[in-house]
Amino acid sequence: MTDLIKMTGIGKSFAGIVALQDASLAIRPGEVHAIIGQNGAGKSTLIKILTGVYRRDAGDVQMNGTPLAITTPREAQDAGIATIYQELSLVPLRSVTENVVMGYEPRTRLGLIDWKAAHARTREILARFGVDVDVTRQLGSYSTAIQQLVAIARAVSLDAKLVIMDEATSSLDDQEIETLFSVVKGLKASGVAVLYISHFLNELYQICDRVTIMRDGQTVATHDVAETTKLGLVSEMLGRDASEIQAAGLTALSGGHGEPGEVLLEAKGLRSKSGLRDASFTIRKREIVGLGGLLGSGRTEAARAVFGLDALSDGQVRHHSGAALDTPAQAIALGMGFLTEDRKADGIIPHMSVRENITLALLPKLTRMGAVDRERERKLVAHYIEALQIKTSGMEQPIRELSGGNQQKVLLARWLALEPEILILDEPTRGVDVGAKFEIQSIIRKQVADGLAVLLISSEFEELVEGADRIVVLQDGRSVSELQNPGITEGALIGAIAHHHERSAA
Amino acid sequence: MTRTLTLMRAGFDPTRHGALCALGGILLFNLLVTPNFLHAQTLFVNISQVATIAIVAMGMTLVISTGGIDLSVGAIMALSGALAPLIFLSEFAAANPTLGLVASIIVPILVALCCGVFNGVLVSYLNVQPIVATLIFFISGRGLAQVMTNGNLQTFTNPSFSYLGTGKVLGLPFQGWLVLLIAVVLYWMVTRSVFGRQLLAVGGNERAARLSGIPVHRVKIGAYVICAGLSGLAGLIVVAINSASDAARIGNLMELDAIAAAVVGGTLLQGGRAPIFGAVLGAVIIQLVKYTLLANGIADEVALIAKAGIIIAAVYLQQARKE
Repeated sequence: MTDLIKMTGIGKSFAGIVALQDASLAIRPGEVHAIIGQNGAGKSTLIKILTGVYRRDAGDVQMNGTPLAITTPREAQDAGIATIYQELSLVPLRSVTENVVMGYEPRTRLGLIDWKAAHARTREILARFGVDVDVTRQLGSYSTAIQQLVAIARAVSLDAKLVIMDEATSSLDDQEIETLFSVVKGLKASGVAVLYISHFLNELYQICDRVTIMRDGQTVATHDVAETTKLGLVSEMLGRDASEIQAAGLTALSGGHGEPGEVLLEAKGLRSKSGLRDASFTIRKREIVGLGGLLGSGRTEAARAVFGLDALSDGQVRHHSGAALDTPAQAIALGMGFLTEDRKADGIIPHMSVRENITLALLPKLTRMGAVDRERERKLVAHYIEALQIKTSGMEQPIRELSGGNQQKVLLARWLALEPEILILDEPTRGVDVGAKFEIQSIIRKQVADGLAVLLISSEFEELVEGADRIVVLQDGRSVSELQNPGITEGALIGAIAHHHERSAA
Repeated sequence: MTRTLTLMRAGFDPTRHGALCALGGILLFNLLVTPNFLHAQTLFVNISQVATIAIVAMGMTLVISTGGIDLSVGAIMALSGALAPLIFLSEFAAANPTLGLVASIIVPILVALCCGVFNGVLVSYLNVQPIVATLIFFISGRGLAQVMTNGNLQTFTNPSFSYLGTGKVLGLPFQGWLVLLIAVVLYWMVTRSVFGRQLLAVGGNERAARLSGIPVHRVKIGAYVICAGLSGLAGLIVVAINSASDAARIGNLMELDAIAAAVVGGTLLQGGRAPIFGAVLGAVIIQLVKYTLLANGIADEVALIAKAGIIIAAVYLQQARKE
């Protein structure tokens, strides 16, 4: 049987950084195929090449045995490849019908849109998925699940041979997921192949036939789902030996206990709209607490909740002073800092100088009668540029001209300048070169020795395992276990994450 | 690219000094062509005319630096300009001339400040698009002013009040000095004060500013309040110059002049930068172009087209600079 889609030897670099190297993917007609991998493994780059969003540097794409030259998303659609993104690319303010027939409207003899035919066709298509809605109403008035189904309906109505679903279930509730799954099964039954991208391994076992695992821009393996175990998949995703994970996983539950320090902050049963379900942890003086877990487990969300950025629907954050903690400004006043994951969106003020960026959070304390105390500001900034070895042509250089690692150091300086009690670090060394990474880590370690409490989030297991004194493992917004250093190994951490996935599958 | 770099190294960056070059060009042109350009009278006329544009443009610069825009400045000018004569022509003012005069300056400005609070609250707390939020007063402010005055032209003789628009200090118009004073204060505020730093941070990256504990809402409201207050003041000056108040005409199309002046002065429409003296310079250029065309007998309508040309040039230079 010829593969519907066959991608081989795909290579892609962005500005010299390799995103894909010799990656491959083969999808059979009418199968449900999953792609899994850690963040940055190259899943989305591979799919964007398939759908014409990016152009490949190397490699070959075939559809039904003939070479496929797709350079725009529109061409992909015409070739029968439809993509349903996590963020829906529909028009919420227009009717359901308009969304389904957009660009392919049936015409009357006068060349006008034949609305009667359009509504009828939309109703018929939706009925196939068991969806019965008023097709003349605005799409935006329906739930996300219905909208997602409409997106799929549109794809099918365009005679799609392959439907790509990128994180399709991440905004759906259990019942809506069930509906979506039955639609996927329906697609499969009618001979349409589905490429399914998800961070939830459980879903894979429910609806997928085969699974391709990616790691570091390469395709690791493709298996029949029935022949895999979760442990095996996790080990291939992370590039670790399964037996090592299993062995380590057993000892993880019996980790040694250290001396509990002075508790500075306690999060209890956090629940939020952003995805926390029941997360609890404590932050103690002179200690690095790591938050472990896969992408989407609620690590960043937990940090945001603690910092007063996201409202809690249940649970509480208790600061040792007893003061309220509802806004970032209050958190900062209580001696907390938050080095965010997305440097560009949440961190730097691009037009401002290194000096102004460093003192941004400290401003209220640098004030003399409404004016910035420039003398003190310069001294302080000079001190941090020196101490953190920030490479800049001077403190007046705009921050946007600095390299990623130096920008990160400036942002770290912004928080250290506050002399904080608690510092939240979300991926502190992501996108930073090795030298700067080492420097940042040693700065943090030194601060902790001086009494700083750190909440560390990192997708790099090494960083967590070596850095954290304790690791709280999160899964699906819940804190499921806690590991204690010394004694944590990467295997133990991976095991803890994988084991809980096993348990929740049962 | 390399050529721009060498030019910059030579200390000349046309995108940075474009406005100054334009000013030089206009001055030179006038010296050569416009009759009587070097007379003191010309200077006085231009200073008294440019003052209102400059004052409002500085306020506009602050608002734009937060990433917003204020369309209501002209209407707020009309509102305060209509209020002032109502107050100093009232029976109360006739009985207490000094108190009446003070009230006729302070009350309109207070009303303007309230309009600013309204704009700011809509934009920050209620998250309304600035262009829509300020459209409310753009439409209703002038209407309100006309209702208050029954649509009548109010003429008056009040030398003390008229000093705002016709007085001279050291031989130069009073409002010229006022512009200088306001510019110095705002320049200090933007470059030295905590509020100024926070303002630019909010405009530069609102999410990062919020995460750094900056009271984003309050900072934004502050910008709109200052802009509205300055508009109110400008409205008083217009009325004082004319010794008459016509609610339908005070500050008409001022929002466009102010935005143009701010942009010509180097304000980025996406926020993050607030060149106060640039705004003054922009206002001077716009005024001079108007004057040049008028003095050479070219119709007002053509002046409008010339103004548009200046804006296009300014935006083009800004775009070039971004790369």
